[in-house]
Amino acid sequence: MSKVDKLWLWFHRMASPAYFYNIAGRLLPWIAVATIILMLVGSVGGLVYAPADYQQGDGFRIIYVHVPSAWMSMFVYMVMAVNSAIFLIWHIKLSDIVARSSAVIGASFTFLALVTGSIWGKPMWGTWWIWDARLTSELILLFLYLGYIGLRSAIDDRRVAGRAAGILALVGAINIPIIHYSVVWWNTLHQPASVSKLDNPSIELSMLIPLLSMALAFKLFYLFIVLVNSRSELLEQEKRSQWVKELVTSQ
Amino acid sequence: MNYRNAFMAMLIRDLRIAFRQRAEIMLPVIFFVVVVSLFPLAISPDPAVLKTIGPGVIWVAALLSVLMSLQNLFRSDFDDGAIEQILLSPYPGALLVLARVLAQWCVTGLPLILISPLLGLLLHLDFHIIKVLFVSLLLGVPYLSMVGAIGVALTVGLRQAGALLSLLVLPLYVPVLIFGSNAVVSAAKDMSYNGQLLWLSALLVIATTLGPFVISSALKVSCSYR
Repeated sequence: MSKVDKLWLWFHRMASPAYFYNIAGRLLPWIAVATIILMLVGSVGGLVYAPADYQQGDGFRIIYVHVPSAWMSMFVYMVMAVNSAIFLIWHIKLSDIVARSSAVIGASFTFLALVTGSIWGKPMWGTWWIWDARLTSELILLFLYLGYIGLRSAIDDRRVAGRAAGILALVGAINIPIIHYSVVWWNTLHQPASVSKLDNPSIELSMLIPLLSMALAFKLFYLFIVLVNSRSELLEQEKRSQWVKELVTSQ
Repeated sequence: MNYRNAFMAMLIRDLRIAFRQRAEIMLPVIFFVVVVSLFPLAISPDPAVLKTIGPGVIWVAALLSVLMSLQNLFRSDFDDGAIEQILLSPYPGALLVLARVLAQWCVTGLPLILISPLLGLLLHLDFHIIKVLFVSLLLGVPYLSMVGAIGVALTVGLRQAGALLSLLVLPLYVPVLIFGSNAVVSAAKDMSYNGQLLWLSALLVIATTLGPFVISSALKVSCSYR
């Protein structure tokens, strides 16, 4: 069997609900432990060991939550869009479940990025909100997430809801770069002075390591939530199938 | 029938239906005029103020009236099953959908663009700025119709679609709003506005080439749960 065939086989097996359910169940405790360890490393490193910023003082420490959640907000939308495409093209139900469980947590990351950004803005800019390019495009991203969730919950039939929301996610994914760059361009026209201090590319290693560890922790946390969510969705959707019946009777 | 004839037949049918309900055609334009004329009342009749807010006000009002005019784009055809016939016909759904959106744009988008110079005068914009406003709307409004139609196609089967439609579509309108109103603002400051107009044209090309396919597949999804 060639490597490509093996890859396809793996792909098909992962897409089978029973297999996914078991693998995800076995992975979950490891992911949970890794998330907790990385989060501890990141928060202790970021809050205690990292030196205070020479310009921003201790206020900069909020980036250990703000930056990872902002990264995740974009990443999760891309995961959603890719899974929607897989669902629309190959009708793999599992992809739809992943997209569905990603939506709410993606919106939460976006919201968290907005809130922490505005809390950071209060001491740094002296105001809770500035129409800064990143905050503005985060806000529009939040609207896109809310539209996706709104459309999904407005349609009763699950499969149809998945397809309709999938189309929306793809249209959104094409638009995100356009929206982002138009907002950046708009922003530089209107307020050329308000360049964020975080743009400084040189970052102290003792600041960088906690940041990267937090970023990884956020990613694993997202994976954990999606797996837990997908497992329960799978059980719900496949409740009439043989493997779920066996699972229930064996316990 | 070849593709061109099918496209023309669809276009003529839609235009004929639209012109038989003249009151409905006029409503978005009236809405546009009313919304714009509320701003001097709410903010200030001072010409200097109106000159600065004018481009943005006209663009936001255009956005909202396009959205309003689109609400019933597929409604009656969806209810009487004509959409299913369109999708089942031997011609590409995207082609026929394009004809439908074009017809809708002719009867609601075009009047909006044509009346915009008048609104520019009401807001004390200079003549050369009004010209830029006109061109930016000419390039931007078809984009608004096309992208809005995607949202309409996704929500046509839902009973209370209005608020959801705005949530789906308005964030996607952001780039056009930025480039459109900014072209006019730049013209007012005697700066170059070619870049913004080129951006609007690029967005229009993307929307008219990819949009019809998205709309027709969204309609297929909507037809599967009536």
